Amino acid sequence: MKQVVIIGNGIAGITAARHIRKRSNYAITVISGESDHFYSRTALMYLYMGHMAYYNIKPYEDWFWPKNRIGLVRDWVTQVDTKHKKLRLQEKGEISYDILLIASGSHPRKGGWPGEEAPNVQGLYSLQDLERMEQQTKGIERGVVIGGGLIGVEMAEMLHSRNIAVSLVVREKEYWSNVLPPEEAAIISLHLRRQGIDLQLESELEEIIQDEKGNAKAVRLKGGKQVDCQFVGITIGVVPNISFLEGSGIETNRGILVDSCFRTNQPDVYAIGDCAEYHQPPAGRKSLEQIWYTGRIHGETVASTICGTPLTYKPGPWFNSAKFFDIEYQVYGEVPNLPKEDTETLFWQHLEHEQTIRIAWNKSSGAVKGFSLLGIRYRHEVCARWIKTSATIDSILPALGEANFDPEFHRRHEQEIRDLYEKQTGRTLATPVRKKFWKIFG
Amino acid sequence: MGNHKETYPLIRHLGLLLFLAGFGLFIGIFFLSDYRLTEEALQEAFSYKEEVAPMAVSQTLPDDTRPATPPPLYWLMVKEAEPMMGETYNWNFSFVDRLNDLFERTNERVLAIYGLSDDEIEKIIEVSRLETNLEYNTTLALAQLEGEGQLLEERQQLLRDYTGWMEGRTYETSEALEQELRSTLEGLEMGITEGEGISSYSAKGYLTSLVKYSTIGWIANYTWLFFWLAFGLSTAGALMYILPGLGTVAGIKHNNIFFSSLKNRGWLGVLLGTFLILFYIILYFYPYYMTNWILLVEPFCYWMTGNPASEFFLYGFLYTLAVLVMGVRMLIKYRHSNYHKIRTASLMFFQLAFAFIIPEILVALNKPYFDFKNIWPLNYDFFFDYRLDEFLANGTLGLFMLGWGIALIIIAVPLFTYLYGKRWYCSWVCGCGALAENLGDPFRQLSNKSVEAWNVERALVHSVLVFAVGMTIAVLYTYFTASSEFLGISTYTLREIYGFAIGAVFAGVVGTGFYPLMGNRVWCRYGCPLAAYIGIIQRFRSRFRITTNGGQCISCGNCSTYCEMGIDVRWYAQRGQNVVRASCVGCGICASVCPRGVLKLENKDPKGRFGNPILIGNEHVSVIE
Repeated sequence: MKQVVIIGNGIAGITAARHIRKRSNYAITVISGESDHFYSRTALMYLYMGHMAYYNIKPYEDWFWPKNRIGLVRDWVTQVDTKHKKLRLQEKGEISYDILLIASGSHPRKGGWPGEEAPNVQGLYSLQDLERMEQQTKGIERGVVIGGGLIGVEMAEMLHSRNIAVSLVVREKEYWSNVLPPEEAAIISLHLRRQGIDLQLESELEEIIQDEKGNAKAVRLKGGKQVDCQFVGITIGVVPNISFLEGSGIETNRGILVDSCFRTNQPDVYAIGDCAEYHQPPAGRKSLEQIWYTGRIHGETVASTICGTPLTYKPGPWFNSAKFFDIEYQVYGEVPNLPKEDTETLFWQHLEHEQTIRIAWNKSSGAVKGFSLLGIRYRHEVCARWIKTSATIDSILPALGEANFDPEFHRRHEQEIRDLYEKQTGRTLATPVRKKFWKIFG
Repeated sequence: MGNHKETYPLIRHLGLLLFLAGFGLFIGIFFLSDYRLTEEALQEAFSYKEEVAPMAVSQTLPDDTRPATPPPLYWLMVKEAEPMMGETYNWNFSFVDRLNDLFERTNERVLAIYGLSDDEIEKIIEVSRLETNLEYNTTLALAQLEGEGQLLEERQQLLRDYTGWMEGRTYETSEALEQELRSTLEGLEMGITEGEGISSYSAKGYLTSLVKYSTIGWIANYTWLFFWLAFGLSTAGALMYILPGLGTVAGIKHNNIFFSSLKNRGWLGVLLGTFLILFYIILYFYPYYMTNWILLVEPFCYWMTGNPASEFFLYGFLYTLAVLVMGVRMLIKYRHSNYHKIRTASLMFFQLAFAFIIPEILVALNKPYFDFKNIWPLNYDFFFDYRLDEFLANGTLGLFMLGWGIALIIIAVPLFTYLYGKRWYCSWVCGCGALAENLGDPFRQLSNKSVEAWNVERALVHSVLVFAVGMTIAVLYTYFTASSEFLGISTYTLREIYGFAIGAVFAGVVGTGFYPLMGNRVWCRYGCPLAAYIGIIQRFRSRFRITTNGGQCISCGNCSTYCEMGIDVRWYAQRGQNVVRASCVGCGICASVCPRGVLKLENKDPKGRFGNPILIGNEHVSVIE
């Protein structure tokens, strides 16, 4: 019986473990220094905000692991010996493996700023980060968050939930405008301000000013502006956890270099999730994909390879989602943030509510390329199908209702969008498909 | 601007203060009054139960003679109450104690009048001794009773009823006869106090009325004032606390719930749970201790229905008030979702109109009390003899009620559940659902999500359904055959056990009392037989399901955490499988709290309803078995 050892119990490692169990009888051991059991990293913010307790963010009950014969070891791996196929653990000695899967995740990136080593300056990735943040933000008045990305807004929302004033320092012109088109980015920026966030746009950190004890007491931004604070969150991205691989012979760059089947340069050693870096990223993808969904897809895919049926990484159309305070965001496919020569877009915005829909299609062929939504939910299955089959914008708009995933009784806007399209392009759409009344009787 | 806690903090704090003042006063009122028994109170209490001609105390009977006509209970009561009259009691507890003594003494008097004296018993044994083989002869025994007139006839009838079975029996010794006779007469005495005196069944009602009408002091004198102070202040205060929520940005506001002592089983939660549990115990088993509260709504009840208030009017009033005030809170909290706004409005409407106003109007018009949306087996006494008799005695309206009630069970439940799922009732119409959804919303996260709890739930709720159906069949059997036993079990005992264990303890004391401890759907999830019945239909024959959205789930757990029915929604969402569960009441909160738009409640073609677990996003692996 083969011994599969997985380093890391995050979404990538655990998905792999579950799928290896479904496909094989291998002995499976998952090692984590962070937590005893798998928990949802994306829910860390909700712990701090008091929406949930730790037991709520564990996706599987504790009996799940022994029942599925997935061994859990709580320890840090300090050294990997690919020659003898052995791992050295910080406390529990050595473990041998036949197949090693590295899903060690990442840690918050730092910017090299003066003062960023202060105890009350940190990022947010792990349970330990959260505990530290809990201690460092007790009873404080203001926190500064550096970075206009998804974790930045999460941290802002966390502090805000505890009635701590927040300054969010964003390098771009609007919040997340390197991903969101200007209209959407402006809506989010305004929403953050409505919530009471002090949004510092087009600002960059220059220095973190410490008090005599070494704690951060203010930040100085470029241009000289100084903001007093008792906590600094740094959310400018993450860096793969690969330092324990030094001397292992496993080839790394920014992350662990893998082929399209997540194989490293060492035999029987695989890497997935945040820590993996593709030699050849799939078309349209970056070489490091550090999001929940890709981690899960990596896990599903590598499990098959490990169990004897090699599969290449072949993700479907891009999708992602987020929530900025009270505005939900979904994206399917590619929607450029800035005008692109071969792409045309339709942008619809609700007059009062913070709701937008943006649909992108290929200018010459009319093939739909992506959907980007604020405050409105669309069906993943329908959007992905349209994108994959290169359905034309003219063919999908009459059937747009199929894609809507908003709760019942919510106002529908498909007709407005069709009208807008006809006005914008001067084209005439086919009559929309109406839901047949008698269909309610099945 | 800013956090919801900061919008209009002054109004919110003032509101909280007012609410606590009103609620505190309400608690204080429980202890506030003095009590003095008067003849009027006795008349009031007893004429309410039975028609009695008024009679002066002086006209009551001497102690040692048997009258020719049996005296009304009220006379005996007045006589025995004499030492208590005019005495003031400060505590309802001690007053109730004294009234219990009074009832006991009255029953002793009843026994002295109807029962057999030692003399009579000895005479009966004496005459039996003259028979061969000490044979018991009923006719001879009856002849030994003393007295005259109607009372004698009634006493003879009683003796015939209770010793008839001994007719013709022979005994070896007179001691054996005496032993059998005396043990039989014990049953007779019990029958006398239950039939002619204050029965254990009616004592609760007499006590409640007596205490209510003996109340003196502020509550009795300034009832309206206290009514407005207690309910007006707490309602106004609650609304002042709730309404500033409109000043926040609309969206899910669950900040700090798990740090709250009230909402996460801290001391405040335990305190509230204790209060609710005590409230229900008093309501169902000792209503005579809450007469000050009943008195408080008495003028309102007269105004509304023309009748005096009972403990159940008080309960209905408080219940409806809670559903409405906390309904306003729901409307504000979920004002970004039309689904919740319409659903909450529906619950508020059905509670106010169908559960509170219409039944009370029916009673005021001297028609049967009827809640047109309460469905058997939740409405477990629908087929009880007294209900059926009432329907049959009320002409077209009565027959309509009977037909309506049956149509709900056999047509409305299957049809609407097929079309819309269990939610059409449980989270849109039902009164228990209204209280759970509105008053219980702050506690929904406390439901247990483990597989173990699910197993307990299925065993319990289906057992209650079987119990309810069995009990109803037995009761109907008795109704149609007049035989009080079904398969060797007394149907009266059966329905009493159901009423006590399920109707009062499970649905009330546990079902609502445990909101702050086990979440807001304890009754609906573990106990409601109607929910079990609808659930079976929803599970196997319905167009309803909760669809999951491709691969968007991030396993965060908000859906499971805020599922009041304890469904581990995430378990389905993270594997891309539709949620089809018997227990889902379709409240829609899971879909609202989901930060990634993964869940949608839908009625669609039943084909493919269960669906394959599919996570979209990976072109290679799409179906996990």
